Amino acid sequence: MNAQDENRIKQLLKQALPPIESNAEPERDLWPAVLRKLDADAAQRHAVPWFDWALLGGLVAFAVSFPATIPVFLYYL
Amino acid sequence: MADGSSTVPGTLLQRFRDGDLDAFEALFREHQRPVYGWILRIVRNAAAAEDLTVETFWRIHRAHDRFQPEFPFGPWARRIATRAALDWLRAQRPEVELTAEMAGALPSASKGDPGIAAEIRLKTALAFSRLPPSLRAATVLAVVEEQPHKEVATALGITVGAVKLRVFRALRLLRKDLEKQGITP
Repeated sequence: MNAQDENRIKQLLKQALPPIESNAEPERDLWPAVLRKLDADAAQRHAVPWFDWALLGGLVAFAVSFPATIPVFLYYL
Repeated sequence: MADGSSTVPGTLLQRFRDGDLDAFEALFREHQRPVYGWILRIVRNAAAAEDLTVETFWRIHRAHDRFQPEFPFGPWARRIATRAALDWLRAQRPEVELTAEMAGALPSASKGDPGIAAEIRLKTALAFSRLPPSLRAATVLAVVEEQPHKEVATALGITVGAVKLRVFRALRLLRKDLEKQGITP
């Protein structure tokens, strides 16, 4: 591809995708959305994973089904 | 985009690094517009650019403890914004997102040269949308938006030589695609 072709394609590209104006700005204040995302992230980080709940449920069910094993578990803790 | 070093006192950057939400908001207020503009230049979709600006500042907040206050905030934010924009481009199906912009959705779309037929512009835009996202980002920033190569390289996390190479590869692929569509540049 020679320089002439390159310039021609660049020109086509500029016509097809006009440059964005330098003063482009969002139509709304995005800070509330950022705060919501941060809050959602914090809540997700503090949430207990489902697997932990399942494990706890299994242990409780086992302890209720076989109460005699509780002292044995406690001994090994 | 402001580099954050001239107008933002060092203590603000330090406070941001320490996780101070007020400092983060102050930085957000100062850099929201340039970050949005940078993303819009890459993705060329106003709604997506707004969402990606939110995503970018969320990523910035998550990475606050890795920020080095002795360096300017602007280029760091721009790099994170570029990564978010590239992730978005990779998730898009080609040939979808640019057609709406070509119909004049962006305010500057009417500035096109009327001498070039709308069909050619559309085919060029479609060919461009079929390029790999990394080539698209480099090309749109360096060629269409005429951003300095060094700035583009910093934002993409590559060298200036790599930017030039990506632009060259993109132009070559565009030429082939246009030829397939019956357009001889």
